[in-house]
This record gives sequence, structure tokens and C-alpha cells, in this order.
Amino acid sequence: MTDFIFGHYVYWSIIVLLMIGLYGMIFKNNLVKKLVGMTIFQVSIIMFYVASAVKKSATVPVLDPAIGVADAARYISPLQHCLMLTAIVVGVATSGVAFSLAILIYRRYRTLDEKVLMEQMKSS
Amino acid sequence: MVNNAPALVPLLLLATAISIPVLAIRKAKVAFFATMLASFGSVILSSYNVFRVWRNGPLSYHFGGWLPPIGIEYVLDPLSSFVALAVNGIAFFVLWHSGGVQERELPGKSVPYYALTLLFLCGANGMIVTGDLFNLYVFLEIFSLAAYGLIGIGEKQAPVASFRYLIMGTVGGSFYLLGIGYLYIVTGSLNMADVRNILPHVPGNPAVATALSLIVIGMGIKMAVFPLHGWLPDAYTYAPSTSSALVAPIGTKIAAYAVIRILFFVFGVDFVSRTLPVTDVIAWLSAIGILYGSVMALAQNEMKRMLAYSSIAQIGYIGLGIGLANPLGYIGAVLHILNHAFMKGALFLVAANLRKKTGQSDISMLDATLRKKLPWTMAAFTVAALSMIGIPPTAGFFSKWYLALGAIDRGNWVFLAVILVSSLLNAAYFFRILEKVYLAPPPGQTAGEDSHPEAGKGRGSLAGEEEYCLMIPVVVVSFSLLLIGLWNANIVREVIQRILPPGM
Repeated sequence: MTDFIFGHYVYWSIIVLLMIGLYGMIFKNNLVKKLVGMTIFQVSIIMFYVASAVKKSATVPVLDPAIGVADAARYISPLQHCLMLTAIVVGVATSGVAFSLAILIYRRYRTLDEKVLMEQMKSS
Repeated sequence: MVNNAPALVPLLLLATAISIPVLAIRKAKVAFFATMLASFGSVILSSYNVFRVWRNGPLSYHFGGWLPPIGIEYVLDPLSSFVALAVNGIAFFVLWHSGGVQERELPGKSVPYYALTLLFLCGANGMIVTGDLFNLYVFLEIFSLAAYGLIGIGEKQAPVASFRYLIMGTVGGSFYLLGIGYLYIVTGSLNMADVRNILPHVPGNPAVATALSLIVIGMGIKMAVFPLHGWLPDAYTYAPSTSSALVAPIGTKIAAYAVIRILFFVFGVDFVSRTLPVTDVIAWLSAIGILYGSVMALAQNEMKRMLAYSSIAQIGYIGLGIGLANPLGYIGAVLHILNHAFMKGALFLVAANLRKKTGQSDISMLDATLRKKLPWTMAAFTVAALSMIGIPPTAGFFSKWYLALGAIDRGNWVFLAVILVSSLLNAAYFFRILEKVYLAPPPGQTAGEDSHPEAGKGRGSLAGEEEYCLMIPVVVVSFSLLLIGLWNANIVREVIQRILPPGM
């Protein structure tokens, strides 16, 4: 039981992060706080991928003359990291678009609070 | 057969999208012509691809020369070439039409608008041809980010609607990413064909089931399957009409295509319908969505909002076809992707014409003067509406026909009843518009006639008061519904039946 909890602590912490992100997106009224939740959500998935690439007693995937190419198991798989570089770029682009939309909303309605926003949209 | 044809269309669109801000630095009009050129090129290329695939079999292209399980592979098979042609075809007509309405709706924004439309199409085409799961995610996000922009540049509440779409869409994309993460950990591969071969060797692995659920939920949000549709009505209503005419026919259909691709060609028919029956869940949710969307559409007074709810119902048809998981349902779903793209495109273009002509598109404000003011637009609307209801020989009839046959084949009478009831509801919400336009008293007796003295001379002539660039695309798109309907047997026999998923 303790092994189940402590042996997988990385995955537990990723699940906690995912839930924090979802909570922020669903229950926070402020649009910027929603975006913070969204970013936490994306980052936890990035950590999930990186955690899956962890390998003990292996080194960075750069050719090391001392190890050579005979034993590929001595190198970490670089693929997850490369995928996550792309995912980070996607996440940055998403945040950029989201913040520009938030700025547009603020200019138009002078508020970022969702409840106030709903009332203003109904009255207009 | 290795060939560079699969990569040409996405790369052409991407290159034009990036170069438009530079090309149009002095004259904004250049942006429109460059877009039209790229879009026309993509139509030509994708029709040629359909022909080549039809004659020679699937084409595949390896990026950077790396062989498939390691490198990224683009695949054109009958299914992907067919969907690519449908998407590029409808996009070409919508972009042609946008030349007439875009300047009025989005003054001074034509350069970013056209760059975004091409990025959107590049993402869509990339999602269609890619044979790599992670590459699909990247194109999904390119396509979604462009869609957020296209919706957000609208007036009034558009940024709020787009923001909500962005939050939900990002959750959907992230779920998909998490899902392929599980799949990668289990199989060690991201190539669709390779994963397909590896999966039978890991039977009963709970991580595969988790991956499947996460991918279906993620794509379900992008596709707006019933309980996950919350972003769609506002986004389609408040977007500029030219954007909603582009996003509505293409956006959700691409996600539906991705679901078909991943469920049937990666996980396999047997796994998704027997081992872990997600197709049943999709079918039942879609059936609820069909009824919900149709009833909500009936309750709307604004035409674009009505069309948005009807989109939820139509996505339900595609989902139902996927969920039936038998050959007839599959044919119905794929055929409905094409039909719905053209029907929704035509209807949103009609709504755009109405907004341009009368300044609004409230259904209660429609009257009989429209049949003289916009004779061709209203004729196009009639054809598209008949197709939505499913009256032969329009295209909409045949996809519903295959879906109904699929439901009978499955022995599920509830689904058959849902299809029939929703057709009646469709008839109800379209005939109330047709009634106002065609059956109301002649426009000579209405007050609005005097202020338009030239309205009468439009009767016999081709254009009336309509501008050619607004009228021709609408008419071509809606009358092509008749052609698709008449040729549907050929489309099904030559294209769709050739790529029935293995094991179906």
C-alpha cells in the first residue's frame, strides 16, 4: 500500500496538478485565473511525458565516447523531451491568443470577472 | 508508393499564410487574391490526389526521408483524399464569397483575416493527411488557434465566446495529448499504422483503455458531441458571418474525421465496439444530441444561432454513424461529413447574405420581399434546407438513408426513431422560414417595397440586386448538393467502400 502511494509519487503529484488546473478553469470567476488554471493543466501533462522518459543509470542522449553506441539502454529516450518542446510552444501560443482575447474583453466590457461580464452581456 | 503529393496541400497553404502579411504590406487587396490562388491550388491538387489515389492506391510521404515508425508519415488513402477534397472545395467557395462581405464586417482587418483562414485550412489539411498521432495534435492546435482568432475578431460578444471556446478547446486538446501519452508509453510508437500493429500484442492493458477514453473525450470536445457542445452556439453566433461560414462546415467535421481515423484505424473496430464499447456510448450520446440540437434549433429566433444548434444535431448524425460501427453506419457518417459541410456552408452563406442585405438575420424579421430582393439566395436556401430535412434527390437524404439502414442492420429501433423524429423537427424549423419568404402575401402590398424601386426588375434577370461574388458561391454550393445527391452511389462505391476499416 505504502509502495503504491510513495512508489508512484510523481504520478500522484501530476494528478494533483491536473485537478488544480481543472478546478481553476471551472470554478474561478476571473478570466486570468482561468488562464492560470489552463497553464497549470498543460504543464502537468508536459511533466507526465517527461516523467515517462526517466531512466536510472542512463545519460543524456548525446553520443558519449565512454559508452559508445553498442548499448542503447544507457541513453535516455529523447523523444518525449522533443515532443514536449513542441507542446510547450503550442502552450505558449495558446496563452498568447488567450491573453489577447482577455485584453479585447477588458477593453470592451471593462471587467474580467465572469459574473459581471454575464450581467453586462445580458443588459447590452 | 512514396510520393510528395500528400505534403503539398498543407505546405502550400502554410507558405501562403505566412507570406500574406509580407505580400499585402502595401495593398491589402493582395491578401484576398493570394488566398484565392492558394485555395484554388489546394482544390486542384486535392482533386488530382483523389484521382491518383483512386487509380494507384494509397500514397505516402516521409518527412525528411525518415522511414515511418521513426519519422513522420503523411498518408493519402481514399478516405483522407476524399475528406481533403470536401474541405478544400467548401473552403474555396466560402473564401470567394468572403470577398464581398469581409470588408464591411471587418473593416481594415483583411490581411490578418486571410492569413488566419489559410492557417486554419493548413491545420485542417494537416490533420487529414497526417499518419502520426503527435503530428495530429500539433495540426489540431494550429487549426484551433486559427479558429479562436477567426471567431474572436467578430463584433460585440465574439471575444467572450471565443475565450470560452479556447478554454474548452484547450482542455480537449490536452486530453488528447494525455491520451497519446498513455498510448506511447504502452506501445513506444506514435505512427498510426505502427500502433495499430503493436496494440494486439498488449491485450487487456488498462492504460490502452485509459488512452482510448481520454482521446475520445478530447476529440469529443472539439467535435461538440452532445454533453461537450457548450462552446458551439455562442461561438458560431457571434463570429463574423464569413468566419462562421468557414468554421462551421469544417471545424467539427475535421474532429469527427480524426475520431473515425483513431477509433477504427488505430484501435480497430473490434476493440472499440467489443472490448471497450465506446462506440455504444458515442451512439447514445449522439442520439440525445440529435434530439437536443433539433429542439433547441426550433426555439431560436436568430438564424445563425438556429444553424449553430442544428450543427449540434448534424454532428450527432455523424457520431451516430460512427457509433453504429457497421459498414452502413460508417458510409453514412463519412458521406454526412461531405454533405453537412456543403449544407452548413450554404446555409451560413445565406445568413451572411441576409446580414449584408438587411443588416440582421432574425427569423421574425424575414418577409416576402426577400424573394424579390434576393431571389437566388433564397432559392439556394431552399435547396439547402430541403437537403437538411432529407428530401430526395438532395444529398442530405442519402446519408440519412445509410444511417437508417445501419440502425436497422444493428436492430436498434430507437436510433431509427431518432433519425425520423429529428427529420420532422428539421422540417419544422426550416419550413417556418420558407413559409415566411414564399407563402406570405405578395410583397407589393408591404410597405418596404416603395423604398426599393429597382426590386421589380430583378425578377427576370440573373442577378437582381444581388452582387455576383455573393450570389454565385451560394448558388454553386447549394446546387452541388443536388449533384452530390445524384452521384452519391458513385461516391459510395468508388471512394467510401474502398476504405472500410479492417474487421468491420
